[in-house]
Amino acid sequence: MAKTRPDYESSLFARFLRWLQGGSTQLDDEMSHTMDDKASLSHSEADKIAQEHEAKYEARLAAMAEQEKNMYAHVHAWASNQGKGLSNWLYRILAVVICVGIIVLLVSTAAELPPYGSPDNPAHNEVAERYIEKGMQETGAVNIVAGMILDYRAFDTLGESNVLFIAAVTVLILLRMTTRPDGKPTTSQLEAECDDRMYEPKNDLILQHQASFLVPMILLFGIYGLMNGHIGPGGGFGGGAIMGAGLILYLNAFGFKKTERFFTFKTFSIVSVAALSFYAVSKAYSFFTGANHLPSIITPGTPGMLFSAGLIPYLNIAVGMVVCCTMYAFYTLFRKGDM
Amino acid sequence: MEILGIILLVFIITCAISVSVTKNLLTALVIFMGQSLAMCIIWVLLESPDLAITEAAVGAGITSLLLFVTLKKIHAIDLQKTDAAKKGVTDHGEDQA
Repeated sequence: MAKTRPDYESSLFARFLRWLQGGSTQLDDEMSHTMDDKASLSHSEADKIAQEHEAKYEARLAAMAEQEKNMYAHVHAWASNQGKGLSNWLYRILAVVICVGIIVLLVSTAAELPPYGSPDNPAHNEVAERYIEKGMQETGAVNIVAGMILDYRAFDTLGESNVLFIAAVTVLILLRMTTRPDGKPTTSQLEAECDDRMYEPKNDLILQHQASFLVPMILLFGIYGLMNGHIGPGGGFGGGAIMGAGLILYLNAFGFKKTERFFTFKTFSIVSVAALSFYAVSKAYSFFTGANHLPSIITPGTPGMLFSAGLIPYLNIAVGMVVCCTMYAFYTLFRKGDM
Repeated sequence: MEILGIILLVFIITCAISVSVTKNLLTALVIFMGQSLAMCIIWVLLESPDLAITEAAVGAGITSLLLFVTLKKIHAIDLQKTDAAKKGVTDHGEDQA
């Protein structure tokens, strides 16, 4: 057994340890002792004083409530007589003035704009020139827009994807209905389901046949958009939104029971967090190696090939996954309050 | 092409005005979808198909869907329906009386 110093109990480390474990420190003990002493000394006196204070406080509260009531009555009378006319009048004048002001401002700004497509426009500077002239060599993306948003300005796109994710989480916090601990649906959930059944055609044969034909096409087009973002038009946001729309159509045609087989709250959280983390980590790698001129395993590759343009196709897929999950989560949370 | 662009721009302005004038929320939503689709064609004319795809999917598709669900949740669609049904019932009752 280890030896302990005689003054170990009052040492700084022991006190810190006790504080860390949630116990009371010496200082706390002293303070509580003194407080107990005071309380025991003048218990009856303190009671009396407290009672007096309470009576005074209640009297003041009643007076204040009376005053407030009078004030409300006064304001209400004023608002229903003169105030209504005044506010109506003010509202109309202000609406016209603000509207005319904004129209004048916008039209004058539009008149001041430089002519469209002119070579001496301020937009035609060395940044745009660099993107257009060297974009394909540096990023390997044939689609200059993809090269810009996922390579030169990848940090912006990370922020945008995070905004989408945060929006989905906010909707989740606001609209998700809590389930009871025993797993049975709550009354609000039952109400929502009842609502759904009343106003929504379930098992509509025409819709189901249309959906079984259209959904694979839509999903395939979304995947094409994701994979093809660096070669042609498409990209993460468009492809992801198309895939989300396809999932929503499937949900509308076949109901929640079928979609819950493959898309639950767990799927949503795993896929979005994994996609965002992959984006952040891989882009951090390319930023660090690029900024410090270190050799990187990411190469632009042959422009025009499917697996080229370095990280762009993978980042497109990550962004698309986040967008798809967010869109689907929005819809299900709005409709059912759960996923 | 220029004529098509002008027609679409006029269509968009008409839609924007009529959305704010329409009393029926459901009609306003459908007009809004139409405006988004016209905007999508304008993006194609301006040679930015990336934006056109996103506009079609997000503007005309998912935003309108979410607004439809919201209208349903706040009983804006059902209210109009039940109002009409109530009117029908009272008319019928008056006929009988």
